[in-house]
Amino acid sequence: MKQDLLYFLPELVLIGTILLLIVTDFVAGTRAKAVFPFFAFVGIAGMMGAVAATFYLAPTTFFTGMVSVDDIGRFFKIIFGVSGLLGILLSVKSAEVEKADQASYYTLLTALVLGMMLLGSANHLLMLYLALEMVSVLSYILTGSLRGVRRSSEAALKYVIYGGVASGIMAYGLSLLYGMTGTMAFPEIAAFLKANAVSRPALFVSVLLVFGGIGFKIASFPFHMWCPDVYEGAPTPFTAFLSVGPKAAGFAALIRFFLVGLTTPGQDVLAGTFLAVKPVGLVEMLTVLSIATMTIGNLAALVQNNLKRLLAYSSIAHAGYLLMGFAALSQEALTAVLFYLVVYVIMNVGAFLVVLVVSNQMGVEDMAGYKGLGRRGGRGTYLALVMTVFMFSLTGIPPMAGFIGKFYLFGAVLKAGLYGLAIAGVLNSVVSLYYYVRVVKVMFFDAPDDARDIAIPAVSQSWILAGLAGLTLYLGLFWNGLATVTERSTGLYASAYAPPVAVAAPAAPEAAAPAAAPENK
Amino acid sequence: MFPYLSFMTFFPLVGAVLIALLPKEKTDLVKKVALVATLPPLAAAVKIFMTFDRGSTAMQYVEGPYNWIQAFHIQYYMGIDGLSVSMVLLTALIATISVLASWGIDKQVKGYFSLLLLLVTGMFGVFAALDFFLFYVFWEVMLLPMYFLIGIWGGPRREYAAIKFFLYTLLGSVLMLLVMLAFYFYSDGQTFNLVELAKQGLHQGPFANPHFRILCWLGLFICFAVKVPVVPFHTWLPDAHVEAPTAISVILAAVLLKMGIYGILRINYPILPQETLYFANMLAALGMINIVYGALCAMAQKDFKKLIAYSSVSHMGFCLLGMASFTPEGLNGAVLQMFNHGTITAQLFLLVGVIYDRAHHREIAGFGGLAKSMPQYATWTSFAFFAALGLPGLSGFVSEVLCFMGGFKTFRLYTIVSVSGVVLTAAYMLWTYQRVFLGQVNEKYKGLPEISAREIVTLVPLAIITLLVGIYPKFALDLLNTSMTALSQFVDAKNLAGL
Repeated sequence: MKQDLLYFLPELVLIGTILLLIVTDFVAGTRAKAVFPFFAFVGIAGMMGAVAATFYLAPTTFFTGMVSVDDIGRFFKIIFGVSGLLGILLSVKSAEVEKADQASYYTLLTALVLGMMLLGSANHLLMLYLALEMVSVLSYILTGSLRGVRRSSEAALKYVIYGGVASGIMAYGLSLLYGMTGTMAFPEIAAFLKANAVSRPALFVSVLLVFGGIGFKIASFPFHMWCPDVYEGAPTPFTAFLSVGPKAAGFAALIRFFLVGLTTPGQDVLAGTFLAVKPVGLVEMLTVLSIATMTIGNLAALVQNNLKRLLAYSSIAHAGYLLMGFAALSQEALTAVLFYLVVYVIMNVGAFLVVLVVSNQMGVEDMAGYKGLGRRGGRGTYLALVMTVFMFSLTGIPPMAGFIGKFYLFGAVLKAGLYGLAIAGVLNSVVSLYYYVRVVKVMFFDAPDDARDIAIPAVSQSWILAGLAGLTLYLGLFWNGLATVTERSTGLYASAYAPPVAVAAPAAPEAAAPAAAPENK
Repeated sequence: MFPYLSFMTFFPLVGAVLIALLPKEKTDLVKKVALVATLPPLAAAVKIFMTFDRGSTAMQYVEGPYNWIQAFHIQYYMGIDGLSVSMVLLTALIATISVLASWGIDKQVKGYFSLLLLLVTGMFGVFAALDFFLFYVFWEVMLLPMYFLIGIWGGPRREYAAIKFFLYTLLGSVLMLLVMLAFYFYSDGQTFNLVELAKQGLHQGPFANPHFRILCWLGLFICFAVKVPVVPFHTWLPDAHVEAPTAISVILAAVLLKMGIYGILRINYPILPQETLYFANMLAALGMINIVYGALCAMAQKDFKKLIAYSSVSHMGFCLLGMASFTPEGLNGAVLQMFNHGTITAQLFLLVGVIYDRAHHREIAGFGGLAKSMPQYATWTSFAFFAALGLPGLSGFVSEVLCFMGGFKTFRLYTIVSVSGVVLTAAYMLWTYQRVFLGQVNEKYKGLPEISAREIVTLVPLAIITLLVGIYPKFALDLLNTSMTALSQFVDAKNLAGL
């Protein structure tokens, strides 16, 4: 048990932070406004520190197999931490968030990061469901955190309704899966599927329904409808966070569910044969979903005039690209997904930060606010230049990092032999160019309506922008380090889940190494 | 050894950064810095021209391969052979000329010249890169400045032209991206090294399937065909050319179009030789269509610049016909035609720019009798026109004849039809000359100032090269002959092995 708490240290740090924030609210109330973001920031940074400090611990599962700790989980925790920190930094100087209740906003944001971490580490259907609900409920509240703003409340309500439906669907899928296999722990489900024949249609339906719940989180077709409204209605800093953090958490859950829960582990889990699920058409299902998601996202984005809606559809399209990696179901694909997520966090938060600054200054989120931004000189040109970097990166044009992300994804898809999917993916990239470039066009080709200069409210924001744009360019040219990290994260992951059965097998020498395989069932 | 190629590639980039840091008001200084940034690469080009080993088929001035991204075996690898050397020389020359031709730019001068220099970096990079990934990066890096240069400094329909150019080219390049990845995964030891890929050929995995190979060939071909442009993919070109400012049209026609042919010769030919042979007939047919269709379209144009744009479509057809023949004559002709078209069409676009700057329109029918008011201008134009229509003694003639000689051996019918393109070219060129320079003097343009010294400076080097190559083709042919002969033998040998 003591050992379990050590594994849980990063989460404990966040829980402590949340308690601290609540107590501070009681004690100091509204007098100490600035202290809430500070505490939340330090808490999340401390969580990342705790992840680093417990890095030496061998991968295992704990809390009776509910939660797992391994390199891929740590990787995701760092992603969640970084997006949480960025979310706080963006919120601090936002005119919108000023109106919200500071204490609850930052407390809920910190709790949301905790929920994402649990979602990313869930090793059990119950944990998966609970963590997903935790993330969802907190997201609803934060979306509606602008009290008295109609748009915000409306978005929250829509979010709740869609979310409720999706979660119901998922719960049904989970119950089917439990009914078939008699267990809720991911590795045991996989082992059961390997050992016993189950009804293929039933398995297919249950996987599809579970995907529904997770697909809602990542805004994948056909559960994407909430996305534009919520992104538009939520306060912009939270939208930026929502578009990267919970989305990454959804992908983390998806990885675990597919690759631990449904994969029949062999010598190499990830390159494994997926014997149980391949016949039920998992690859075909994911291929169709991926193509549908990216196509719908891209086509709908073409006609958007509001930047937040445009980025919402763009984030749907990016969910589609990421799903390509799941359709490929391989070690390379998993690495590509992780790589892409990192790049996506950087460029998407960057784009939202520009939207935030412009809407603060110009009072609009429409294209009209960007008219001639690049010709205003000074800070306007600066904003337009970094926005251009993010837009081209989202399109996937070298030398921006977005290109490298797509390069990895397409590579994995091609290697898996899914040529149709690869072609659909690249054609979608071409379509997406049109709307990303439209932003660039408006900023540079059109003349501004007035001559006033634009200001960036905080010096820190221009530095964050510089940092994100710089990273986007740097990772586009020198990504060896990040590639090594992502590869290592997925590589160790493979051996952590070799179940006791595989240890006995003579053909699995590596699998014998992690003695910490789940003993506490 | 001094890294000539990297120096040529990245020196303009340094200039671009420097310009971005200069104060906005100092437009004169910006222009001077831009000019100075293109001069050292030009000097390096002269040095390369003098020291290039004309008897060798190997890559020269090689840099690397240095590891760039180990995780994906991506290398920094530069080098040139007979195929790319002429293109590198052309790029160096056109870079300097385009800066001089941009002297009149007065809108957002800083931005213009930094983007122009960034474009130059991309162009050098494409011709010098020997690693497929590196090639791809340079290929795409060129798109961004081009998009802005057309979209901000272009004519009335600039936004439409810019996005059309961007979309067409990106469509092509994503197909190249997929093929590039397929090459990588199924090569021995997984490599992007173009020289190595050509050496091994690809036979593993799906490449054992001829249909897959054909698909790959087509993917690459569509990418390059958009750039050439080969006829069904050409519609971006007239728009982009007409809307782009003069100097950008010059770059577009003189260098960017060549990248299409260069790509086919650098990648399709050596790496997928059997498929190239399989499609040779199609290449030659497309060449013929380009020649005749381009010429007919040119003849129908009312806009001077659009006419020149279509003449480019027509002239690039000669390259296709020549290279499809796989004979040393044809391949030499194709590459020489690339170089010659680059120098001749640059003159044409510069000359159109001269008249546009003065009259502010380009309607052919709106002029008349210009030879009277601008006799020097008329002389320069007639020289360029004659070069373009293939007058013996000027460079265009040599390469067209070589293309036809090569083509006639293999594709008799296509070549016979294509020769009519020469007649059509003469027709539209002379007819245009007649309408613009001869006949009734248009009173409106009587007082137009004569071509200026700066404008003449941009034309002189191009004209000298046109004349020199026309009289003494060996001067240029020596550079390419060894490599092109080797390439035709290589493809022939692969063909025999395949049969």
